[in-house]
Amino acid sequence: MATAAFETPKLKPYPVIPLVAAGATSHLKPFVASPAIQAAVGFPGELSEGWEQRAVAKMGELLDKYRSLRVYMDACVHCGACSDKCHYFLGTGDPKNMPVARQDLMRAVYRRYFTFAGKHFPRLVGAVDMTKDVLDQWWSYYNQCSECRRCSVFCPYGIDTAEVTMAAREIMDSVGLGQKYANEIIGKVHRIGNNLGIPGPALEDTLLGLEEDTKEETGLDVRFPLDEEGAEVLLVTPSADFFSEPHVESLIGYAKVFHAAGIKWTLSTKASEAGNFGLFIGNYEQMRNISLRVKQAAQELGVKRIVVGECGHAWRVAYSFWNTLMGPFDWLDPRYPVPQHICEFTWDLIQRGALKFDKEKNDGRIITVHDSCNVARASRMGSMPGGQFVIPREIIKAVANNFHDMAPGTIHESTFCCGGGGGLLTDDLMEIRVKGALPRMEALKNVVDQHGVNFMATICAICKAQFSKVLPYYGFDMSMVGGVHQLVSKAIRLGEPN
Amino acid sequence: MTALSIAYAALFYAATAILVVGVALKIRSYVRTPAPLKIPTTPAPTTPGGVALRLTREVVFFESLFKASKWTWIFGWMFHAALLLVLLRHVRYFQQPVWEVIAFVQPFGTYAGFAMVAGLAGLWARRVLVDRVRYISTPSDHLHLALLIAIGSSGLGMRFVSPTDIVAVKAYMLGLMRLDIQPLPADPLLLLHLALVALLMIVFPISKLLHAPGLFFSPTRNQADTSREARHVSAWAAALEKK
Repeated sequence: MATAAFETPKLKPYPVIPLVAAGATSHLKPFVASPAIQAAVGFPGELSEGWEQRAVAKMGELLDKYRSLRVYMDACVHCGACSDKCHYFLGTGDPKNMPVARQDLMRAVYRRYFTFAGKHFPRLVGAVDMTKDVLDQWWSYYNQCSECRRCSVFCPYGIDTAEVTMAAREIMDSVGLGQKYANEIIGKVHRIGNNLGIPGPALEDTLLGLEEDTKEETGLDVRFPLDEEGAEVLLVTPSADFFSEPHVESLIGYAKVFHAAGIKWTLSTKASEAGNFGLFIGNYEQMRNISLRVKQAAQELGVKRIVVGECGHAWRVAYSFWNTLMGPFDWLDPRYPVPQHICEFTWDLIQRGALKFDKEKNDGRIITVHDSCNVARASRMGSMPGGQFVIPREIIKAVANNFHDMAPGTIHESTFCCGGGGGLLTDDLMEIRVKGALPRMEALKNVVDQHGVNFMATICAICKAQFSKVLPYYGFDMSMVGGVHQLVSKAIRLGEPN
Repeated sequence: MTALSIAYAALFYAATAILVVGVALKIRSYVRTPAPLKIPTTPAPTTPGGVALRLTREVVFFESLFKASKWTWIFGWMFHAALLLVLLRHVRYFQQPVWEVIAFVQPFGTYAGFAMVAGLAGLWARRVLVDRVRYISTPSDHLHLALLIAIGSSGLGMRFVSPTDIVAVKAYMLGLMRLDIQPLPADPLLLLHLALVALLMIVFPISKLLHAPGLFFSPTRNQADTSREARHVSAWAAALEKK
C-alpha cells in the first residue's frame, strides 16, 4: 500500500547530529492487526473498556518477570549519552526517537503507578496517567525502534531500549493493540511453518528448481535436501532464503559448502524458518513455541547438529536463547557448538583446509561488510568475544581479494541498524525505514567514494531485504547488497577433490 | 541541648533510616526479579572474572559513557570522583581517632570540593546548551543538580568563607552515633548544608539516584556471555516447561 510522500535525507560527507525537530515522525505508525490476526496468536482482538487498568497490570506483571525492565525503569539519569546514538533519531531529528525519550514514554507511566515520587509528585518527575493519548504515542514510537541495542552500548548503566520496546509491545498486544505485520507473520509460522507462508510442496518445488539451476551453473549434483531423515546437519534458515533475491544466492552458497565438505544435511518443512518474531513483540511464550518447532524437527529427523543460516535476530534467539528456551542439547553431537552459525561452520571447514576457493572469481567486487545488529550486539561466533566480527570478515577475505571496512564508529559493536529490523520491515513504515538507514548509507557512501566499494555483504535476511529496498532511495544500486555466502558460492571450488 | 539540636538529630535519624531501608528494599526488588534470558551487550566477557572486570571499568572509569560522549564523561567523572574524595574527607566527623587514610585524604578532599561543583556546573550547562539534553531534562533533573551544587557550595563556604565550629560539629555527629545528642552550632550555613544533605539522603531511594545500585543489576552488563555453554533458566520460565 502506498504511503504518503516524504523526502529522502541528503547524504552528508561526515555525520551531523540533527537539531531536535519535535513531532517530525509522530505521524508514522504501522497498520493495526485485525481481530482475526490477534486471535490467531492468542491476543485480544481490539481495545475494550478498562484497557488502561489492564495495561498497567500487565506492566506490573512484566516488572516482576524481567529484572532488565525493573532496573531500567529506575536507573536512567537523563545524561544524554544515548541521545545521538539511534539511527532513527539521526535520520529524522524527532526527539522521541532518542532512546532516553523513547524509554521515558514508558517510564512516565511506570512512575505514576509504581513509584512514590510519581504517585505524589507527578509533575515534578514527569509522571503521567495511562491514557489513549499516551497509548497513541507508544504505538507510534515503540514501532519506530528496531531493538538494535546500539543505545545499550553507550549507556553508562547498560540500559537497553530493546527491552523497553519489547515490554511496551507486549503490553499493547495484551490489551488488543497488535502490529499487523509481526503478528500476521507469527500466525503464519505456526500455521504453515515459515514467515513467508510457503507451503511444503512449494518449498520442495523451489529446492528442486535450485538443484537444476546449480547443476546448470556447476555441472554437479549439488543437493538441496528437504526432510531427509538421518542427515547429520539440520539447517534452519530464514524463509527469505528460499524465495527472495539476494537471499537465495547465500542458500546456494550453503549448499555448495555442504557439498564440498561431503556433509549430509537437510532442511525441514516444519522448521522452514529461522526467524522468530516472538522476539520482536517481546513475548516469551511465542518465542519459545516458535523455537520448539526446531527442536521437534531436529528430533524427528534424527540430526546430530543444528546450523543456522544468515539471519540476525534468528541468530540472537538461537545463540542466546535456545539453550534457555528448549535446551539442554544433550541429544546432539557434543563436539560442535549448539547451535552453530553457518559462518562458524564454513570458517571451521576453511581452517581445516576442507574448502578451496578461486578468489579471483570475486574480483569484480570491492566488498565491505555491514555488521547486523543482533549478531554484533546480542550474540557471538567462535570461542572469543568479538568472534562475530572476525569470522565473517575472515571468510570474506578467504573468498575474495578486495575488502574495505567502513568507518570505525559504524561497524562492530557500534554498527548502525539497516533501518528495517525489529519488526519494522513493512511497507507501512517505509518512511522511517528509509530515514533510519541514513547513518549506514553515509558510512557506505564514504567507502564507495574512497575505495570504489560496490558490494555490501551482510548476514541477515532483514538487512538484505531492507537494503534492497532502500539503497535506490539514496542513489545506490539495489544489487549492491548480498550475503557472505553469496561470495562463498561464487568462489568455492567444487567437483574433483582438490 | 537545644530544640535545634533535637530537630536535626531527628532529621538525620529519619533520613538515614529512609536511605538505608529504601535502598535495601529497592535492591531486594532487583534481586528478587529474575532475569529470564541472557542479554549481555556483546562482545561480553565469558567468565565471572571478566564480568567483574567489566563492571569495575564501568564503576571506576565510566567506560560506556566515555565511548558515548567525551564532554558528559569529563564532567560526570570529575563530579563523581570529586564526590568520593569529599565523602572520604567527611568520614573524620564520624570517627575518633581518625584513620590515617582519612587524614591523608583531607587536602585532596578540600580541593575536590571545587572540582565537584565545577563538574556539576558542566553537567548543568549541557542541560541548558545541548538541545537534545534540554529536551529530555525534567524539573527533577534540574533540582537534583541544584541540590548537589547547593550542598557543595555551602560546604565550600564553610571551609573558605565563613568557617563554622567544626569541633562542635564533630562532637554532635559522634554523639548522634551514640544516641547522645550534643549541642549543634546554630550557624545558618551549617544548618543549610546539613538540611540539604538530609534531603539528598531522603530522595535517594525514590529518585534517579538509584542509578548507583542499578548498574550492578543491569543484565546487559552483569551477565557473562555463556549462553551456549551453560543453560540459564529462571523460575517462571522453568514452570512453562512443566505444562
